[in-house]
Amino acid sequence: MSIPQQLKYTREHEWLAADGDTATVGITAFAADALGDVVYVELPRPGQLVAAGEPCGEVESTKSVSELYAPADGEVVAVNEAVAADPGLLNTDPYGQGWLFRLRLATAPDLLDAAAYAALTGEAA
Amino acid sequence: MSATAPPAARACPDDGTAGPEPALRTTPLHEVHVALGAVLTAFAGWTMPLRYGSELAEHHAVRSSAGLFDLSHMGQLEVTGADAAAFLDYALVGRLSAVQPGRARYTMLCAPDGGVLDDLVVYRLEPQRYLVVANAANTAAVLAELVARTAGFGADVADVSDRWALIAVQGPRAAAILAPLTGADLPSLRYYAVDVAWLAGRPVLLARTGYTGEDGFEIYCAPADAAAIWTAVTAAGAGHGLVPAGLACRDTLRLEAGMPLYGHELTAEVSPYQAGLGRVVAHDKPGFVGREALAARREQAADVLVGLVSGGRRAPRPGYAVLDPDTGARVGTVTSGAPSPTLGRPIALAYVAADRCAVGTVLTADIRGSHETVTVVELPFYRRTQEGRR
Repeated sequence: MSIPQQLKYTREHEWLAADGDTATVGITAFAADALGDVVYVELPRPGQLVAAGEPCGEVESTKSVSELYAPADGEVVAVNEAVAADPGLLNTDPYGQGWLFRLRLATAPDLLDAAAYAALTGEAA
Repeated sequence: MSATAPPAARACPDDGTAGPEPALRTTPLHEVHVALGAVLTAFAGWTMPLRYGSELAEHHAVRSSAGLFDLSHMGQLEVTGADAAAFLDYALVGRLSAVQPGRARYTMLCAPDGGVLDDLVVYRLEPQRYLVVANAANTAAVLAELVARTAGFGADVADVSDRWALIAVQGPRAAAILAPLTGADLPSLRYYAVDVAWLAGRPVLLARTGYTGEDGFEIYCAPADAAAIWTAVTAAGAGHGLVPAGLACRDTLRLEAGMPLYGHELTAEVSPYQAGLGRVVAHDKPGFVGREALAARREQAADVLVGLVSGGRRAPRPGYAVLDPDTGARVGTVTSGAPSPTLGRPIALAYVAADRCAVGTVLTADIRGSHETVTVVELPFYRRTQEGRR
């Protein structure tokens, strides 16, 4: 499974793509595959303040439910309505159309690089 | 992201990506599953395919065309002897002596207190030979219990699980797929009938049984023949939309069909009546294990199993509380729940207080702290058209 080099990762299998003081957040292909077909995504609300490591949403498949954790401190500035309407995008394109929300970062996040995340999951980076 | 595990055990462990542990057994089709790229999971002491690709696609394939399942983890016990029929009448809650050779019956093994020790499909192969199919996790316990109950009967119980692989073909196209492979007269093989047959040139027991709510067949064969039969059925099904199907979709299919899963809806704590399966108990049968307790429990106002549908998006999961919508008082517990792929909304099975089980009753499910409105509905959630039912 792919682990894009340019992204940062959490131990809870979220990815973060920083762009200046904002960042796009999603879940990794590894996580999406472990969940199976995603049928429901509950996202934080625009304007919501989230704290690194705190739950801010849920991802549900036919067989299980997982909490979504904020990978960094910040304010939610956008959410992906497309993935809310078609949660299957998390399985088909977790790093692209399956992005979940955008944050205005309050602090620089402390995250894993692709090599460290690959080591964590036993996948090839 | 992390899994929030419900308090109750699940049919499918969350982590289907974990490598099989050495202690786990593999079926005769294990190499086939690996070659197909299956996501494997530990289930009841076995390494089993959870899904091959998309479990939703597998689910829909079984509803619209057909799915191919490896069920070789199920336990098979053979009951033989002059008293085989009388013994099973005593040991199980049904009247197995009334089952004609070539027919099958869904029944239960109950404890003396009336609690369910396992639900079983029993095939009468010959007048003095029955095949009892038990849940994988319960096989050893069922064997021990049946052996203990043979005292005084001219009957033997043997674990023959290692002699049988089990492959199921389930779905509306199942009969059309299997017909060219077998000399058996499939159209006249009735629901819950079993026949000795040849399939792809190999001897099998062919039964019209299943656990999906669809027409379908369960093929009992020698372990050495399993891969060849799987391959032949796969080829025969290619033009019919047949796909290999794993345990993940098996669970959502049986849930939609309102079928109980041992460890969820059925446990040693509940009676068949509570599960809505009182019909399996032959009340008019003379002495059998659990008879007195079952007669008493039949009249008790214990919690009963109901179907729930939710108007929300999140599924009630096993172990979640069911509440009175007005007072918030707990009135029940969810035993199984999932987003229904066929119905497009969450469904669940739950034990609720006897005064809350009427169809149309509005209740609340506590879904990880948020309260979702759920409504009691008639079971099953999904019923196929009568085509294929005989």
